[in-house]
Amino acid sequence: MSSNGDGYLNPGLPKPAPAPDGLDAPFWEGVANDKLMLQRCNACGRWQWGPEWICHRCHSDDVGFAEVPPVGRIYSFERVWHPVHPALEDQGPYIVVLVEFPEHDQARIVGNLLGDPHQDVVIGDEVHAVFEHHPDEEPAFTLVQWKVA
Amino acid sequence: MERSLRGTVAIAGVGETAYYKRGQAPDAEFKLALMAVLAACEDAGISPKQVDGFASFSNDRSDPSRLAAALGIHDLRFANMQWGGGGGGGSGALANAAAAVATGMAECVVVFRALAQGQFGRFGQGPVRNVISGDGAHTVPYGLMSPAQSFAMKVKRFMHEHGVEQSALRALSLASYHHAQNNPRAVMCGRPLTEEKYDDSRWIVEPFHLFDCCLENDGAAAMIVVPAERAKDFMHTPTYLLGAVSGSHYRAGASVHNAPDYATSTFKTCAPRLYDMAKVGPGDVNVLQCYENFTGGVLMSIVEHGFCEPDECNEFLVKENLIAPDGRLPTNTSGGNLAECYMHGLGLNIEAVRQIRGESSNQVQDVDISMVVSGPMVTPVSSCIFGTEATL
Repeated sequence: MSSNGDGYLNPGLPKPAPAPDGLDAPFWEGVANDKLMLQRCNACGRWQWGPEWICHRCHSDDVGFAEVPPVGRIYSFERVWHPVHPALEDQGPYIVVLVEFPEHDQARIVGNLLGDPHQDVVIGDEVHAVFEHHPDEEPAFTLVQWKVA
Repeated sequence: MERSLRGTVAIAGVGETAYYKRGQAPDAEFKLALMAVLAACEDAGISPKQVDGFASFSNDRSDPSRLAAALGIHDLRFANMQWGGGGGGGSGALANAAAAVATGMAECVVVFRALAQGQFGRFGQGPVRNVISGDGAHTVPYGLMSPAQSFAMKVKRFMHEHGVEQSALRALSLASYHHAQNNPRAVMCGRPLTEEKYDDSRWIVEPFHLFDCCLENDGAAAMIVVPAERAKDFMHTPTYLLGAVSGSHYRAGASVHNAPDYATSTFKTCAPRLYDMAKVGPGDVNVLQCYENFTGGVLMSIVEHGFCEPDECNEFLVKENLIAPDGRLPTNTSGGNLAECYMHGLGLNIEAVRQIRGESSNQVQDVDISMVVSGPMVTPVSSCIFGTEATL
């Protein structure tokens, strides 16, 4: 699923950009095209995230990126109330989820849980990715958000 | 020969500036550092010119060479920084100082931390910039950017796995505030906390209410490490270091919240090493100072240092168990980071020394073993154990 325009959070937070050293560039290229790309070692075939220059298991530096199906499980979450950034002053509560991919060596990524910020959140629930595109921002970027299945 | 810090060094003196609400220190940060060093030297009864080393943590800005110049130190032998942010390095800096003294690299090392957040930035704010890259690009745009937000995620998971209730977090906050009422140095002395006030306080980020979160303060703290054979040359009851460790478990530092063992205070590998070095167990600990960045970190630290099982938190973590003088595990007897002062936890090490000396404002009776846990949930973390002469 993909969405354009308004984001889950108010505009004005720092915009994500690929690391200058290129380490996570394929991730950002992927999400811009509605694909979730995480690191997989070409030598041992195992997944890892966050990105590293070598495989932490076999130490090969032949680490590539491969697509993960945009479905995960809520590993943990939090409902944030106190704004720590000026852009969030009028936001009200929002939900951050830590989403795990059990079939991909338990790799995890962070996103927001779409929908009512007061909703009950259940650890272990299946969630589906929503690619939140911000094409008019400078630089343009895409966030990966989540909806309960 | 057994390689260990046990009994090799002692704490000759401790010193603090007055503690201020953040941004309200009347002095520059570097002057605060100097004043704490001078206070510690006065407490020990030594000339500051006898100091020959400095150890700190969390990228403290008060450079040892400048401190040595300002103090007129003749022979600087040791200048050390424990890597890692937050307060995880408090006992680690002490361990480093102890290692230097135990091995003869230095004779009189000051462990210190100084903070003036009016002069410099605050901890509890997110970055204000247009673009972010690197690890932060994967969290900050989702509104996950402050220490409270980073650690709430771990604590939520731990509470989920072990059925921990909010009352366990509340008890830790109540204990700190209870102790602060007897401590005139405490920023929150005169501002008691009740269950109702805690429950009615606003959420910062679930599961942390306002009173689950540490203060942010200005001030400085210092302690002086000397060889154990000199411990009786000073004015106070000798305080010996029985053990001090730092570190973290497998891939604790994996970015974007990917540590495989995630819901932890980071002490699962450190705590056994600490007890091995100190040759004591959790049942021997008379009083605990446990770094409250957030109460959830205290809770997991108490579990991982073996004071209760993960599934016993709701029963064990009640106020009566945590307060001096008679609780099962008197904890944060100065008021700690929640209610005395947030000096990145070094105030906790000083309070642990006071308990050995019998000088705490919430003194536990007959303290022989006094323990400090520094900076849970970051990496690396650290912890240490002090003992009286009887424990050597």
